[in-house]
Amino acid sequence: MTARAAPHLAHRAKRRRDVVTPEGIALPFTVASRSARAGALLLDLTLMFVTGIVVTLALIWIAGGLFEAIGGPGGTNGAIEFIAVFWTLFWFLLWNGYFMVMEMGPRGATFGKRATGIRVASRDGGRLTPEAVVARNLLRDIELFLPIVFLMSAPSGETGAAGIAAAAWFLVFLLFPFFNRDALRAGDLIAGTWVVEAPRAALAETLSTEGAAREGSSALTGAEYRFGEAELAIYGEYELQTLERVLRDGRPEALESVHDAICRKIGWNPGSGDERAFLEAFYAQLRARLERDMRFGKRKADKFS
Amino acid sequence: MKAPILKTLFGKADVAPPPDIEAAALRSDRFRLEREHDWRRLEDIVARMEKGRLRGLSDEDVLALPALYRTAASSLAVARETSLDAATLEYLDSLVQRAWFQVYGPRQGFVGWLRRFLGGGLSRAIRAIWLDICIALAVMVAGTITGWLLVAQDREWYYAFVPVQFADTRVPGASREVLLESLQVEKDAQGMSAFAAFLFSNNAGVSILAFALGFAFGIPSLMLLIHNMAILGAMLWLYADAGLTLEFAAWLSVHGTTELFAILLAGAAGMHIGRSMAFPGSRSILTAAAESGRRGAQVMVGVVLMLVAAALLEAFPRQLFGTEGRLIIGCVMLLFWLAYFFAFGRERKA
Repeated sequence: MTARAAPHLAHRAKRRRDVVTPEGIALPFTVASRSARAGALLLDLTLMFVTGIVVTLALIWIAGGLFEAIGGPGGTNGAIEFIAVFWTLFWFLLWNGYFMVMEMGPRGATFGKRATGIRVASRDGGRLTPEAVVARNLLRDIELFLPIVFLMSAPSGETGAAGIAAAAWFLVFLLFPFFNRDALRAGDLIAGTWVVEAPRAALAETLSTEGAAREGSSALTGAEYRFGEAELAIYGEYELQTLERVLRDGRPEALESVHDAICRKIGWNPGSGDERAFLEAFYAQLRARLERDMRFGKRKADKFS
Repeated sequence: MKAPILKTLFGKADVAPPPDIEAAALRSDRFRLEREHDWRRLEDIVARMEKGRLRGLSDEDVLALPALYRTAASSLAVARETSLDAATLEYLDSLVQRAWFQVYGPRQGFVGWLRRFLGGGLSRAIRAIWLDICIALAVMVAGTITGWLLVAQDREWYYAFVPVQFADTRVPGASREVLLESLQVEKDAQGMSAFAAFLFSNNAGVSILAFALGFAFGIPSLMLLIHNMAILGAMLWLYADAGLTLEFAAWLSVHGTTELFAILLAGAAGMHIGRSMAFPGSRSILTAAAESGRRGAQVMVGVVLMLVAAALLEAFPRQLFGTEGRLIIGCVMLLFWLAYFFAFGRERKA
């Protein structure tokens, strides 16, 4: 099949990649947009900070309670020490473990990635292994935190020319996803992973089993719509799928204007009040015609072809 | 354009019965209606697997999963050639992709992975980067000697190398007693576990950095190793100058054999990535980077585990034992790591 992207999907077609699975099926993947990934990262960082701060406050509160209860720093050393140990290890695990544990799960995504509808996948079409997840997350420090630290300190001039050089150098890692077409960050590169869209579409109703598409005539007026070959030959697949979206959305004003446009194009005299039945019938007959041609290997991408 | 999100939250229960197949006016819709039942069943199984609720799956479902997946995949291939129903195509795309992730998903849980990792995976990964370990070791030795020689020539170098928090009483010209005191045995273990936790999180951060910097062709990893070992060389000279070489070596070795080994491995893992990107051989750079990165990640998990052990050793035995005890523990740990990494888990040649 040739890649004929409809105009409204052209920007997505640029990000589309076919991965051949081990059993030889070509699966289409869409590389996640950089903005979706940045959004996911912000969500995750916010979540981590909020969790961290809540736990820290709770520990401070507990430590305060301990002082009150025992009445002075004398006998509480053991308990305070335990809290300090817990706090240190907690931050370490939160900082390094959150991304790894979440991405090793069956969804392959952190909460932020789930919210933006993306996930981590293996670039070669194989399994996403725990080693790959570990590898891609160990590089987060030099890609994100060090560049930010250097960028904040370099303009102050305290660190001198070396600071500016270091900032520029780390900026390479920070901006790495903008310099390759799969939007890989440095961690993805060494782990052999990428981040793809994980759409969760629900199965919509069949359009040809309802209304005028099925009966061939309007339930409202009883009018029967039949279109001739010449009238159906005007439009192509792009227009068909646009009409499908209009029918599924079912917004009256959209139905009306599409109805007008089609009537103008095929030279019918537009009536009003029965737009939906007209469009359903037109959709069913146009699709029947285009699919029939398709089976004979003739495809018509849009009205210009 | 998209169906409202809330619908997927509450919509589960009211799946309408499929319209009867003969009613469909279009051949492609009949194709879809005939297979829709299988697709929905697959979607249900996949949704449950994604939520991690494997117990809710019956044996029939598990057995049916691969077959349903292949059915859906072939439906997708047929639908792309015969159907112009964008909504169905979009649904099938997403369904096949989700099912593919589950069919080719991780086949073992975290515990299973850890067991295999500790039972040989780690040792194999470390043996695979032996060349980088040799290079990193040579660099570390060179760094130590450099630190020693520079400080021996000119004491000012000591202040250039050693960070302020180490140079409290341990400065050139300090008396033997002062230096000996810094190696003293502590009276009790008060405050030691907090110290251990701090050491661990600090050292693990540094070694992750050493690994991550290897991405830039390994050069920054090497510089980090040289710098740290130069500090060690400078301090070694300081104590040797006061005639405390053995005491200092014992004080250092109790945890140092574990910790320095871990840092050595972290640097070597980073360099492994840098080296395989600079010299990928017959593979593409991306493949070479991915292979070495996954191997390096295994080594890094081992490094973090070693640093846990090192922090415990540093906090307790180092502060509580005398010179002989420290030396013995240090040597035993070194032997243990060497045996585990280089002798354990060798695959029998089939």
